[in-house]
Amino acid sequence: MSTRRFAVIALVFSLLLAGVLSWYASSSPDGLEHVAQTTGFGQTAQEHASAGGPLANYETKGVGAGRLSTGLAGVIGVAVTGLVMGGFVLALRRRGRSTPTDLPQVEPTERG
Amino acid sequence: MHVPDGFLDVPTSIGTAAVATAGVAAALNGARRDLDERTTPIAGLVAVFVFAGQMINFPVGAGTSGHLLGGALAAVLAGPWLATLALSVVLIVQAFLFADGGITALGSNVLLMGLVGVWVGWFAFRAARAVLPRKASWVPLAAAFGAFVSVPAAAATFVGLFAIGGQADIPIGSVLTAMLSWHALIGSGEALITALVVGSVVAVRPDLVAGARDLLAERPLEIRKQVRV
Repeated sequence: MSTRRFAVIALVFSLLLAGVLSWYASSSPDGLEHVAQTTGFGQTAQEHASAGGPLANYETKGVGAGRLSTGLAGVIGVAVTGLVMGGFVLALRRRGRSTPTDLPQVEPTERG
Repeated sequence: MHVPDGFLDVPTSIGTAAVATAGVAAALNGARRDLDERTTPIAGLVAVFVFAGQMINFPVGAGTSGHLLGGALAAVLAGPWLATLALSVVLIVQAFLFADGGITALGSNVLLMGLVGVWVGWFAFRAARAVLPRKASWVPLAAAFGAFVSVPAAAATFVGLFAIGGQADIPIGSVLTAMLSWHALIGSGEALITALVVGSVVAVRPDLVAGARDLLAERPLEIRKQVRV
C-alpha cells in the first residue's frame, strides 16, 4: 500500500469517527468526572472560559444540538488538528534539514 | 480524563504548566531528529486519529464512560517524541476550540496525557517487547500492554496532583481507589483499541510503525545515491 493511499484511508477513517460515529458515543460522565462526582470534588470544577465558544462541547453553534452539529464539530476538529500538527512537523523538518550536521559538508575545492 | 478548571489550585497548575512546557520543548527537540519521509505523515495522522478517537466515549458500566487517551498508540506509531507533540496539539485544540479540558488546566492535561500517558505507555510497550518474540506480529500485543498500563498511570498521576493541590478536602485514599479501579476498566478499552489500530497498520505498512521498525531492519539494504531535494 502506498503511503498516500494509507494516509487517505486513515484520514477518511478519522473523519468517519469524528463526523459520524461520535454522535453515538456514550454521554455518561467519563472516569474522572464520575470519580469527582462520587467522591465529592465535582463541584470544584469551574465553567470553562470558552464555554460560550462556537464549537464548545463539540456542538456547532447555529446548527442546533443534533447529529449534524456534533458531526460538523468533529470534522472541523479533525481539520484543525491535522493542519496544526502538519504545520508543526513541516516547520520542524525544514529547520532540522537546514542544520549543518544533517547536510554533507562539501568544502569548495580550489581548481586553479 | 480532561481536567477542568478549578479541580487543582493555581500553584499546582503553574507547576504542571512548567513541567508540560519543558516536556514539549524536549519533544520538539527530539521529534526533529525523528522526522523523515515516513514519520512526517504518520505524525499528522496520529494527531488526527487521536482527536477523532477521543470523541468516542465508550460505556464502562454504572453510568460511566471512558475514551481513548491515545498516548501509547501515538508513541508506538510515531515514536514518543512525536507522540508527545501530537497529544499536546490535540489537547490545545480541545481546550481552546471545544471547551474540553480547562485553559488553566492545560498544563495538567498535557502532563497527564501527553507526558505520562505517552512515556509510561512507551516504556511499558518496550518492556513487553523485550520479553515477547522479536516479530512484528507481536507488536500489537505489546502495544496493548503499554496502552493498558498508561491509563491507570495517568489516573494515579492525577491523584498525586490532587493530593498536592486539590481544591476539595477529600481523603486521597478513596480518590485513588476510585480513579484506579475505573481507569483499569478504561485501560482495557484503551488496550483493545490500540491493539486493533496498531495491528491494522502492522498488517499493511509495518515500516510506518515506529515501535516495529527495528524488527524490519533485517531486510536487505540497498545502496542509494544521496539525493538532495
